[in-house]
Amino acid sequence: MQLDSKCPTGPIETRWERHQFNLKLVNPANKRKHTIIVVGSGLAGGAGAATLAELGYNVKCFCFQDSPRRAHSIAAQGGINAAKNYHNDGDSVFRLFYDTVKGGDFRARESNVYRLAQISLNIIDQCVGQGVPFAREYSGYLDNRSFGGAQVSRTFYARGQTGQQLLLGAYQALEKQIGRGQVTMFPRTEMLDLIVIDGRARGIVTRNLITGKIESHLADAVVLGTGGYGNVYYLSTNAKGCNATAIWRAHKRGALFANPCFTQIHPTCIPVSGEYQSKLTLMSESLRNDGRVWVPLKKGDKRPPGQIPAAERDYFLERKYPSFGNLVPRDVASRNAKQVCDEGRGVGETGLAVYLDFAESIERLGASVIKERYGNLFDMYERITGEDPYKVPMRIFPAIHYTMGGLWVDYNLMSNVPGLYVTGEANFSDHGANRLGASALMQGLADGYFVLPNTINDYLASTKLEKADTSHAAVKEAEANVNSITQKLLATKGTRSVDSYHRELGKIMWEYCGMARTAEGLKTALSQIPGLREQFWRDVKVLGTGEELNQSLEKAGRVADFLELAELLCLDALERNESCGGHFREEYQTPEGEAQRDDENYSYAAAWEFRGVGLRPELHKEPLTFEYVHPAQRSYK
Amino acid sequence: MRIILHIWRQRNATDQGRMTRYEVPNVSEHMSFLEMLDVLNEDLIAKNEEPVAFDHDCREGICGMCGCMVNGVAHGPLPGTTLCQLHMRHFKDGDELYLEPWRARAFPVVKDLVVDRTAFDRLIAAGGFISVSTGSAPDGNAMLVPKEKSELSMDAAACIGCGACVAMCPNASASLFMAAKIAHLALLPQGQPERERRVKAMVGQAGQELFGSCTNIGECEAVCPKEIKLEVIARMNRDFLKASWTGREE
Ligand SMILES: Cc1cc2nc3c(=O)[nH]c(=O)nc-3n(C[C@H](O)[C@H](O)[C@H](O)COP(=O)(O)OP(=O)(O)OC[C@H]3O[C@@H](n4cnc5c(N)ncnc54)[C@H](O)[C@@H]3O)c2cc1C
Ligand code: FES
Repeated sequence: MQLDSKCPTGPIETRWERHQFNLKLVNPANKRKHTIIVVGSGLAGGAGAATLAELGYNVKCFCFQDSPRRAHSIAAQGGINAAKNYHNDGDSVFRLFYDTVKGGDFRARESNVYRLAQISLNIIDQCVGQGVPFAREYSGYLDNRSFGGAQVSRTFYARGQTGQQLLLGAYQALEKQIGRGQVTMFPRTEMLDLIVIDGRARGIVTRNLITGKIESHLADAVVLGTGGYGNVYYLSTNAKGCNATAIWRAHKRGALFANPCFTQIHPTCIPVSGEYQSKLTLMSESLRNDGRVWVPLKKGDKRPPGQIPAAERDYFLERKYPSFGNLVPRDVASRNAKQVCDEGRGVGETGLAVYLDFAESIERLGASVIKERYGNLFDMYERITGEDPYKVPMRIFPAIHYTMGGLWVDYNLMSNVPGLYVTGEANFSDHGANRLGASALMQGLADGYFVLPNTINDYLASTKLEKADTSHAAVKEAEANVNSITQKLLATKGTRSVDSYHRELGKIMWEYCGMARTAEGLKTALSQIPGLREQFWRDVKVLGTGEELNQSLEKAGRVADFLELAELLCLDALERNESCGGHFREEYQTPEGEAQRDDENYSYAAAWEFRGVGLRPELHKEPLTFEYVHPAQRSYK
Repeated sequence: MRIILHIWRQRNATDQGRMTRYEVPNVSEHMSFLEMLDVLNEDLIAKNEEPVAFDHDCREGICGMCGCMVNGVAHGPLPGTTLCQLHMRHFKDGDELYLEPWRARAFPVVKDLVVDRTAFDRLIAAGGFISVSTGSAPDGNAMLVPKEKSELSMDAAACIGCGACVAMCPNASASLFMAAKIAHLALLPQGQPERERRVKAMVGQAGQELFGSCTNIGECEAVCPKEIKLEVIARMNRDFLKASWTGREE
């Protein structure tokens, strides 16, 4: 299979503009004749569905929550990047582009990233227009803060609820179109299969989560904005419902899965407190602006933090990375935290935590300024841990947070299955091997508001689609597939709950495919996962029926998919014999312990083709070339 | 500690429903309320009993998916806190807790503690937005917003749409929810052009749904996990009155 990224060439500044000009358009009267399915109502899906409807397309939008407003994007705290240079601190589109390519450790396409940086400007305007209450200065102008991996202040924010406010903007735009009848919304409806007719994506099979009814929906194109797969690790900062089912089942229908091993670990999460732990809570990275990270210098120092004098503390990030200090990118901060804990210098009951200390900032700026900046985060921390971060330092530890990998898409955001588009965290497109903070919201909205609505026209205008109805053999086959999975899960009547399998899978993944990976560990994981999967199908216990709200059944389907995806993730990690971004292979590091890339052999996107459960997938490589930002070892010293 | 739960079990919308007693031994004070329910559910599954259905997603107090009545109080005893952010350290050994779904005609029970809140979405669809076609907005700094206004607007915009306000209101009124959106948008310059249409459309839609009217009791404010203030209702009423007097039929 030849992978064509369809990236434009020539001067990078005008690539997107020239590309848009070359795309075919659909005239307004004809838009009415097309129906587009959008799965997902997060920033990517919601913004896309609203904009496509506004353009005149008929849109069917799906989400598994009870309302489109609850998509996981709602939980993003810190902010959204844009190269506005409102602060005259040297920012520019080119700098955002440069930072993102470098931050991604040279594993993303230059054309995509440049476009993203350009569109970042329009996103802020659009969101302000919608009434997103971004933070303001006293003058009334928009305020900014800085974020990991950047030396300029380009992050726009709405207290610690940026994702919520951006999503509500998109949700309100979507609801307006629902009110007009231009979008039909299907909440509490889960996509369980992709319908491919004559090689093109033409629809989806869904389950109504309240009645259990299996239904097929047909359209001219299908868009998946279904989020990331971080929950393959069980414990992550993602919402409990986040899952890979939509993209995984599309993968099984032919869509290539790219760079699955590029997963991101977030350095500032509240540490695990017990076996019952159901998820991990992120403390926004923006806290690193004013908090200082440290551990005791001495191993096993059990004194309370206040009794450890400054001279006996190790501010390890400031020490090792004097120019970025506490603001080094996420992968660097996470690995260093793990390292000091491995050395026996971790803090808290489990020894798996480091301090994030605000004492100095509170002294310098006053508690009221800190409260204004991070009040809700401090409250959340206190609610969860019972400790007051205004008085004692926070304890933090890294956790799985984001997945850079996802379905392979070209510059138009179309997968290798014609008519199947993938947006937001669900695709692999813009962040390479590591995503910079505040860039996921930017990408989701860029894809949804500005890229997809332009590129999808080209496909619809240049493709002649046969009429299809739900009696088509491909539809019947997909429905039968979904029914058989449901029946099998219910009929197994084994001994162990779905969660117990999910937890066990998560432990394998965190242990062998987490923050630091080795060939040996990955091989161990690859030998354990198939056995666990086989046991799951033999022994899982799902009570109740398929004709009602059945939350165990929903989870079972998702865990079944995670059990397959996990294997691909480990395989990809094993094949990539280099360290880059979030993928750290212990065998490949510099003498100082930094990630050692191998550009000669691994400067490509790994796109995997499904061959059958348990069978070795086929690897396709999309080579990456860099004309503007020259690969160098990332240095934040 | 040991916690005794009486939970509303109802198979589906047409089932009568009943309270059922359960015991959860070994509850750790560090568990969240929902983690305690997870532990109960794992226990029930082991005994071949169907787990309790409850809505949840983010477990960070922001998606608005979770929530039930705990001893008659929406989201339980801790002010300004969603159920998922309530931790068991606020309870003591032997406590007996009664868990019920939101009770309101506009929010029919789907199963156990799960209710249907789509009426909220219809309120927003009626007018809870600013119309701005993608790509048409001017530069973000073209319109200045005084910091104080922006903060007040954000206070209202913090609503997570969980429905606790409706569940707690003796009238099952959606006023706090609706007014939070109206105030969020009316406080911003961008929200002015549609201000009167918005308030009329949303209040009109609330009348079509099965919500009651507001009689200024204030239970909603008391249980709101985001501490939205009653003042948003005053803002809504003022806007509604003005729009009703001076607005023209369209
Ligand atoms: C705690 C946290 C904080 C974050 N903070 C930031 C930040 O400050 N800045 C930043 O840039 N990024 C941040 N991120 C990352 C960012 O929030 C996400 O990457 C982004 O919001 C993903 O958006 P999305 O639209 O792709 O997917 P989501 O918002 O996850 O939406 C997925 C949608 O798909 C639907 N769906 C999924 N599967 C199915 C199915 N099978 N059938 C039907 N519907 C389905 C869901 O219902 C949902 O509507 C944060 C992430 C987390 C976890
Ligand atoms: S689960 Fe999201 S608010 Fe409680």
